[in-house]
Amino acid sequence: MTEVSVAKESVAATDDLVVLKDVNKHFGALHVLQDIDLTIARGEVVVVIGPSGSGKSTLCRTINRLETIDSGSITIDGKPLPAEGKGLARLRADVGMVFQSFNLFAHKTVLENVVLGQVKVRKADKAKAEEKARALLDRVGVGTQADKYPAQLSGGQQQRVAIARALAMDPKVMLFDEPTSALDPEMINEVLEVMQQLARDGMTMIVVTHEMGFARSAANRVVFMADGRIVEEATPDQFFSNPRSDRAKDFLSKILHH
Amino acid sequence: MFDFLEGYDVLGAFWTTVQLTLLSAVGSLVLGTLLAAMRVSPVPLMRGFGAAYVNIVRNIPLTVIIVFTSLGLSNIFGVALGAADDFDTKFFRLAVLGLSAYTATFVCEALRSGINTVPVGQAEAARALGLSFTQVLTLIVLPQAFRTVIGPLTNVLIALTKNTTVAAAIGVAEAALLMKEMIENEAQLLLIATIFALGFVVLTLPTGLLLGWLGKRLAVKR
Ligand SMILES: Nc1ncnc2c1ncn2[C@@H]1O[C@H](COP(=O)(O)OP(=O)(O)O)[C@@H](O)[C@H]1O
Ligand SMILES: [Mg+2]
Repeated sequence: MTEVSVAKESVAATDDLVVLKDVNKHFGALHVLQDIDLTIARGEVVVVIGPSGSGKSTLCRTINRLETIDSGSITIDGKPLPAEGKGLARLRADVGMVFQSFNLFAHKTVLENVVLGQVKVRKADKAKAEEKARALLDRVGVGTQADKYPAQLSGGQQQRVAIARALAMDPKVMLFDEPTSALDPEMINEVLEVMQQLARDGMTMIVVTHEMGFARSAANRVVFMADGRIVEEATPDQFFSNPRSDRAKDFLSKILHH
Repeated sequence: MFDFLEGYDVLGAFWTTVQLTLLSAVGSLVLGTLLAAMRVSPVPLMRGFGAAYVNIVRNIPLTVIIVFTSLGLSNIFGVALGAADDFDTKFFRLAVLGLSAYTATFVCEALRSGINTVPVGQAEAARALGLSFTQVLTLIVLPQAFRTVIGPLTNVLIALTKNTTVAAAIGVAEAALLMKEMIENEAQLLLIATIFALGFVVLTLPTGLLLGWLGKRLAVKR
């Protein structure tokens, strides 16, 4: 285990923040999530890794109910996911989500993107929301871009704005679905650095990524998925240097050889 | 040469046309947006109603709808829209109602095609922030959809301007009714028709140019 993750564990409280129990989901005939049991403690950083199509995105999306589940249960901070309506909206506000394709609101400026949720969901005062938005944009290193539109920014800048937009809601947990996969190589690090800092600050994070450097330096645990199942869970060092399952060995040999 | 114009209020008639157009434009924009919202709503009953309304009303000739609002609504059901004693106002308002109800179907379908051009990620990101369905629609999806369909909506507005002539069928004193009256009274068929044709071009051409410019300016960059 690396120094960073040891340091993080001392920060982490012991209580469970996100609990998935026996979760199953189908897309038609495809059993995309099979008997998923996963518990994430407050302050923990979990990296989800696995071949394309193994259900990683779907797993992420069920946690804030962008996808429904067929059976099982998901609780966040002790409360089960509401099915719909105001309760669901409130829950989603507590769960930050960062997408592979950024999904910044194209017709709004960078600042407006970060202000919107605070004002419309959290009912924050507009001036306070702007102040907070500017502070967050500074924190992720795009403070000078506040008045531009998303299309005027590089991919790396857009993704950092997307992180600021999610952080503006003061989420209890942040979900990242392959946040650097759509980026040019030279922009990957600027996003990973922001995420690493977030992990050091004690944010609970679920990160789908194939960035092993990030997993080794920031994650407490690696969850390996294949064909809709969690095949293996281990510390980053254990997983990368000594994977137990054949699926994981096979997968790692493929991503290590390019 | 233009002596025959004396005694006719051509400008007044075109003013009525403009009023019919503007009021019906606002009415159909509001109703059309509501219908589009229904058609993309998660509630099956709403979607069904929206689809049924559009598919029925869009396929009825406008003349029939206008006659229905005046004869049907007014004469049979006694709907007077607050102007029971003033025939002109009553039929003007009924014409606006009929034009709005009809044009709304085209606004709805134009908007719906615009909604389809907005990437699903936009709505997902909005939902993930905790915005409600109505907020997602009004704050994120519709503003982007409107910008992409300013062109098609301009066509709808131009069609509406010309469709106001159908209101002549229930005696609303707009341009087409006056034209008919003048053609019957004066021996100047070609000239009168030309004047009225020009009048409509003067109304619609600048609208098209202005909205075309606006559409380019407001286009959402991705
Ligand atoms: N909305 C959907 N409808 C039908 N099938 C889907 C849908 N979303 C994902 N899938 C399928 O579910 C499987 C898992 O997808 P996903 O969770 O995106 O995997 P990953 O993120 O690990 O690549 C894939 O086979 C994919 O084609
Ligand atoms: Mg994926």
